[in-house]
Amino acid sequence: MRRITPARLPETLAFLMRRRALGRLGTIGALAMSQSMHAKSVGNRPPRIVSVGGALTEIVYALEAQSCLVGVDSTSSFPHQAQLLPQVGYARRLSAEGILALSPTSVLVTEEAGPPEVLRQVSNVGVPVEVLDSGYRFEGLVQRIARIGRLLSTEAKTVALIERLSLAWSEVCLSVSHHTTIRPRVLFLFAHSTSRLMASGIQTGAHAMIEYAGAINATSDFTGFKPLTPESLIAARPDVILLTEHGFKAMGERSSVLKLPGLSQTPAGRAQRIAVMDASLLLGFGPRLPMAVQQLSEQFRTSVTT
Amino acid sequence: MSFLKKPKTCVFLLFIFVLLLSILGALQKGAFPIHTEVWLSLLTGEHPLFKSSQNGDIYILWYLRIPRVMLAVLMGAALGLAGTLVQGLFRNPLADPSLLGVTTGAASAAALTIVFCSGDRIAMFGMAKIWILPIMSFLGAFLTCMTLNVSSKWLASGSISGLLLLGIALNALGVSIIGLCTYLATDEQLRNLSFWTLGSLAGANWTMVVMMWLMLVIVYVCSSRLSPRLNALSLGEVTAAHLGIVVSRLRWSISVMVALLAGLSVAFCGVIGFIGLIAPHLARAVIGADQRVLLPLSMLMGALLMLTADTIARTIVIPAEVPVGIFTALLGSPFLIVLLRTRRHRIG
Repeated sequence: MRRITPARLPETLAFLMRRRALGRLGTIGALAMSQSMHAKSVGNRPPRIVSVGGALTEIVYALEAQSCLVGVDSTSSFPHQAQLLPQVGYARRLSAEGILALSPTSVLVTEEAGPPEVLRQVSNVGVPVEVLDSGYRFEGLVQRIARIGRLLSTEAKTVALIERLSLAWSEVCLSVSHHTTIRPRVLFLFAHSTSRLMASGIQTGAHAMIEYAGAINATSDFTGFKPLTPESLIAARPDVILLTEHGFKAMGERSSVLKLPGLSQTPAGRAQRIAVMDASLLLGFGPRLPMAVQQLSEQFRTSVTT
Repeated sequence: MSFLKKPKTCVFLLFIFVLLLSILGALQKGAFPIHTEVWLSLLTGEHPLFKSSQNGDIYILWYLRIPRVMLAVLMGAALGLAGTLVQGLFRNPLADPSLLGVTTGAASAAALTIVFCSGDRIAMFGMAKIWILPIMSFLGAFLTCMTLNVSSKWLASGSISGLLLLGIALNALGVSIIGLCTYLATDEQLRNLSFWTLGSLAGANWTMVVMMWLMLVIVYVCSSRLSPRLNALSLGEVTAAHLGIVVSRLRWSISVMVALLAGLSVAFCGVIGFIGLIAPHLARAVIGADQRVLLPLSMLMGALLMLTADTIARTIVIPAEVPVGIFTALLGSPFLIVLLRTRRHRIG
């Protein structure tokens, strides 16, 4: 049974009327009425947003529009309240009907969401699917916020958030640029287990973050993610190994990370320099980006200077 | 009502009835609640085909749920038919398009197409997309079938384990090709690939339903004409030849049919295992090994299994969705174990 919400009241009324008035005329009248009432109620209805992507959910929360959120994906882990919302599953395996069942007025997705067929099906129903690409840049984050702000019609809060972030960003950039004398080579390990290690080349979130934090990506000779062999690990000569918290735990904490084949032959392995950061903070490109860059550059600096 | 006295007809009527009931049940289930009024409006002329402005509910029903349920039924039937044909051809109850590497062959051909023929490399790809993938996966499936066919004769003639080992080898080859493709793929292609390798009916639309339907009808008509010959083949190749059957031609035509079925189903839904193996076994347990009645009943069984698995997959964690392959195996394997236990003497 469908819940009777104020927005659905006209439909429900029409349904009840239709059941009583069996005649065709009655049906047409009720339908016409329900449609005109429906059209009116759509205009005033508050937006219902399904957010697919941790960073997008964070932006909605940062704009204090969380009451508009009706569903999130499994990567929306911050803030913790977001985890209590209906889950539409993993961002790359969405279900069209599942999303539509939440009767959203728009669906926010990152460029990672899929499968493409499902997104097409959703937008064919008339629910706009907004693809918000960060491009792994701060400017991309600002664009994301601006677009979400327009959708939620929270102009004042959007402007305030962008100003706040821009200020924080310029401070972070300034503090990072003060320490350009030490530019450590950082290798980001994308790991689910010790058996499958990936390194991130250019055009990845990790590459952008390492550069923003004033360091050098040790594996910038290829695009995207590639499996990491012990030899290429040694050849990359990293000063610091960067991991997500999830990957750090999956590999079995510090001691087993240091035992990685080849790592002992690198500066990072010899000095035991490992930096760890939460994945949604590190790779999300959400409103916590300035904070993430700040923390990252501090981690790099302290690990290299000690 | 004399036809009702025949037990086989009754079995068919029963299963058709069960299938129709399951279709109705599956259509009712889903993340989006659909009212009776929407169903009625499909009949009373408010059909989305004739109306340009679309109401959300009716659109979901007509363009998402009905095609998906139909595709599940057709896919299941196609996989069941393909499984029965392969088992009949190789005279081997363990044979199955996915076990023998036919589906993997189709999937690896599709993976190669996605990675090497997409984007800017072939400009016409966007337009021909709907055809090139089915054709390529058909070719992949066909190539695997022919390899199996030829090499099972001169590598391990008549040996069941030899055939299965060959299937495993071909499967491994296909998997490694897919692995290579995922390594070479860009991020966007990778998303396409994962959809294929995991198998899903989420992309269902009416074009797929119509194409699958046509293919199924054609292959079923052709294969049912061959079923007496498959019966003869079950006595052994030599005996079949003595009965006047050109075994090589039979092998050839069955291979084409299996490749068509496996290729098209992989092209639309990716690799969905196990239905092709279980459906014929279930059907055989119900009605016996006569190919003339086994073929249609396996299709019914496959359709039922697939529909149940897909309905569970799309409704169990609303509003999210579970890969359908999990449930085909979860539903199928207990059945198979029980069957193996009770029919051990015949399979041996």
